[in-house]
Amino acid sequence: MSRRPSAPSGRRGLHPGAWWLWAACMAGAASRTTNPILLLLIGGVVAFVVAARRTDAPWSRSLVVFLRLGLAVIVLRMVLVVLFGNRLPGHVLFTLPHVPLPSWARGVSIGGPVTAESLLQAFVQGLRLAVVLLCFGAANSLASPYRLLRCLPAVLYEAGVAITVSLAFAPELVISIAAVRDARRLRGRTVRGFAGLRGMAVPVLESALDRSLQLASSMDARGYGRRIPVARGVRRWATGGTVTGLLLVVGGIYGVLVAGSLPGGGIPFVALGAVLVGVGLAAGGRRTNRTRYRPDPWGTPEWLVSCSGVVAVGALVACGILGIAGLQFSVYPLTLPTLPLLAAGGILVGLLPAVVAPMERRSAAPASDGPRPDDGPGRGNRPLAAPEATGGTVPAATLPVVGPAPEPAVDPDPAVFPAVRTRGRAA
Amino acid sequence: MIHFEQVSFTYDGADRPTLDRVDLDVPEGELCVVVGPTGSGKTTLLRAVNGLVPHFTGGRLSGEVTVDGRSTREFPPRELADVVGMVGQNPAASFVTDSVEDELAYTMENLGLEATAMRRRVEDTLDLLGLHELRDRPLATLSGGQQQRVAIGAVLTASPRVLVLDEPTSALDPAAAEEVLASLTRLVHDLGLTVLLAEHRLERVLPFADAVVLVPGRGASLVVGPAAEVMAGSPVAPPLIELGRLAGWDPLPLSVRDARRQADALRLRLDGVRPPAPAPVTGPRRASAASVSVRYGDVTALDRVSMTVDAGEIVAVMGRNGSGKSTLLAQFAGVRTPTSGSVLVDDVDPAGLAPRDLVARVGLVPQDAGVLLYGESVGEECSSADRDTGLAPGTTATVLERVLPGMDPDRHPRDLSEGQRLALALAVILAPAPPLLLLDEPTRGLDYPAKARLVSLLSELAADGHAVVMATHDVELVAQVATRAVVLAEGEVVGDGPARDVVCHSPVFAPQVAKVLSPDPWLTVDEVRTALLGEPVRG
Repeated sequence: MSRRPSAPSGRRGLHPGAWWLWAACMAGAASRTTNPILLLLIGGVVAFVVAARRTDAPWSRSLVVFLRLGLAVIVLRMVLVVLFGNRLPGHVLFTLPHVPLPSWARGVSIGGPVTAESLLQAFVQGLRLAVVLLCFGAANSLASPYRLLRCLPAVLYEAGVAITVSLAFAPELVISIAAVRDARRLRGRTVRGFAGLRGMAVPVLESALDRSLQLASSMDARGYGRRIPVARGVRRWATGGTVTGLLLVVGGIYGVLVAGSLPGGGIPFVALGAVLVGVGLAAGGRRTNRTRYRPDPWGTPEWLVSCSGVVAVGALVACGILGIAGLQFSVYPLTLPTLPLLAAGGILVGLLPAVVAPMERRSAAPASDGPRPDDGPGRGNRPLAAPEATGGTVPAATLPVVGPAPEPAVDPDPAVFPAVRTRGRAA
Repeated sequence: MIHFEQVSFTYDGADRPTLDRVDLDVPEGELCVVVGPTGSGKTTLLRAVNGLVPHFTGGRLSGEVTVDGRSTREFPPRELADVVGMVGQNPAASFVTDSVEDELAYTMENLGLEATAMRRRVEDTLDLLGLHELRDRPLATLSGGQQQRVAIGAVLTASPRVLVLDEPTSALDPAAAEEVLASLTRLVHDLGLTVLLAEHRLERVLPFADAVVLVPGRGASLVVGPAAEVMAGSPVAPPLIELGRLAGWDPLPLSVRDARRQADALRLRLDGVRPPAPAPVTGPRRASAASVSVRYGDVTALDRVSMTVDAGEIVAVMGRNGSGKSTLLAQFAGVRTPTSGSVLVDDVDPAGLAPRDLVARVGLVPQDAGVLLYGESVGEECSSADRDTGLAPGTTATVLERVLPGMDPDRHPRDLSEGQRLALALAVILAPAPPLLLLDEPTRGLDYPAKARLVSLLSELAADGHAVVMATHDVELVAQVATRAVVLAEGEVVGDGPARDVVCHSPVFAPQVAKVLSPDPWLTVDEVRTALLGEPVRG
């Protein structure tokens, strides 16, 4: 029962923004090259950092999901090339029977000779997409999406919650499908084929909807969407400012894109619009008095992690500008790719987070890695029959029932508490 | 603190009010228990306190509910979040964030508390509820009892003046339930919190209650008063009260301690009488598990469990939250397959059976019984269950009538109360009378009369040669009906024997009657009543 030593300065792992920035930079780096060696290097760097710094939370498993998705993308891409693909000339590996198509479908061809060049090109393009996906999966595994959400400004927070709740809908649907399948089996009904599918759709949707309603009522009861009264004038100005600002930004961008249509190339319009939107959002933010619990600090590790990502993408951009050979992989002639040292070095800088990022505290009891259908995500209906719990058991007598009571839960600081009451109340 | 004045409430489309001209006054600093039969409107009453009824449910509310001087007419639930903390029946469904610490802070963030104050209150709450070991854990990995405590902590951090809890202990094992109730009592005593909680397992909560609100249902008016007075005339009463009524004790005992003080006379009358020994069960083997292990990742849910179930047996599987009870039942029902070892039901592997053959051999009522139901109405559910299993029309409806009489056949299963839904699911599974019956927590939300009817139904089935395995935290149910008890801990079988021996000698699993009359091994009020009436006692 010893309390684990808390990390310095109340830090709970790296700022989620730093992880997402680093992952975005690595994805950006991957999108600048088609050299398979560099792409595999990026993938390796990302996977290594995740292995070194991931926690054992359920969302840490997303890397594997994205890895599988990436492999599927590569396979799909190669299969499509074999069936319909662009017919690059070169070394013919094998020939599929050609299906003649009418003249209006001239752009498409089915079957025909398959060359090594076209297969290789499809593989490299698929690989690039897979590595970008892997970077996204890494961001998901390293920082829970909810923690990123907490960093949003108060005025956008509520929209953000709505988005995360709706994103959680898909995994919950999977869980409730499993539960309904089990239930149908227990009622002696078929779970296969069209009849099974039709019988399952209604209960699955019903239970998902039911759960959303439960969550919504819980959020309401816990103060989600509380407003503090603001003068009507302020509210009008906030709305008016945001809308006008957005219109100006849109018009200004038109000016930037179509040269000579607006004075100053449209840039003054974009700037003025941005300022108005900022002021509007800030004024709107005054209606919510949300505060943030233990905001994640942005310190040296955050700078180092995000800079390492910037260096990686910067190295590849620099290679492109300097015209260093080897960044793009060409199938003509069919040779082994070369390794541009500047780019490779830059990518290796992306390994830095594996060392400088603070370890997130791991949970006390091991969380399971495998499919645990029953525990489901927190707000789930539990599907049938699964271990009622995982992780640990309720520690017996963790609560000293007799004896000196610890600090009362009521905040002893009178200055804080009445302030909350009056501010929170829509008097 | 909580004030109801002539409150009536009718759900949309319902033909009679759920609450009818309710007057209720709960003073500050009281722990008030709401009791009543299944489906009598307890949950509706609780949800009216912070305005979820009617702001969230729709329907028509007349009269006035005020909490701490604020009327739910003018204040929607979110504006009452700093006064009322509401913990629902299914804590997992109420979690908004994904880790324990963030969940504890969520309400405070919405209220706009300062960061330093939030931090301090989170730390206090972690200590108060014994959660500090779990602070970094993802919510999805917590056990039922842990989730319940986090849900309570999550509303407590906002320092509400009123805490409203709907069945806070029904999903918990006896030890975890006592822990939660002890923390609640301390909040009431030390912080002057007002607690309103609804519970069916009265044996757990009555010792802590200052006052009891009896919701008789069917439009009858509420009875409010000190626990002992209200319980004297209550249609739902725990074994302790029943024993007190039988022995003529006055005042009625609310705790085992009270009862033991008055029990000397009763012990003398029972002197020399032994409770009847159960007839030994000798039926053919129905099901067996041989060295079954189930692992999910690095979590071991079951560890080389071997057990057998014979026809005519009623086996209670007991153990902490998360000890693997539900997983074991799932193996026998063939909805999960073991990682290693083998499970046989009537000499076949249940996981390989087609659904139609499976229901002919095994019936499982899962913990979340609602998933079994997908008809449009109670009546349709019953008739489709008859069709599915080839029963004579009306069989399921008859069984339902036995478990919970008077259910409206036109109601939608989703509109039923937790207990009514469970009763319907029980009827659907019990009607075809499968040779092996598996029940996971079969009394959640059921009142005492419904439980007694379930007990007699199960006993009949067992006498007919059916085997029953039930996973339950309800020690009183085990005392009444089980012939054998199996205790699981951390996925291993740590105890297996006649129910009387197992539960009487366990401080955690002993039923109230056994605690009062120990060291004599009496389990139920009925046994004592039979012995007192001087009926011939076997053994």
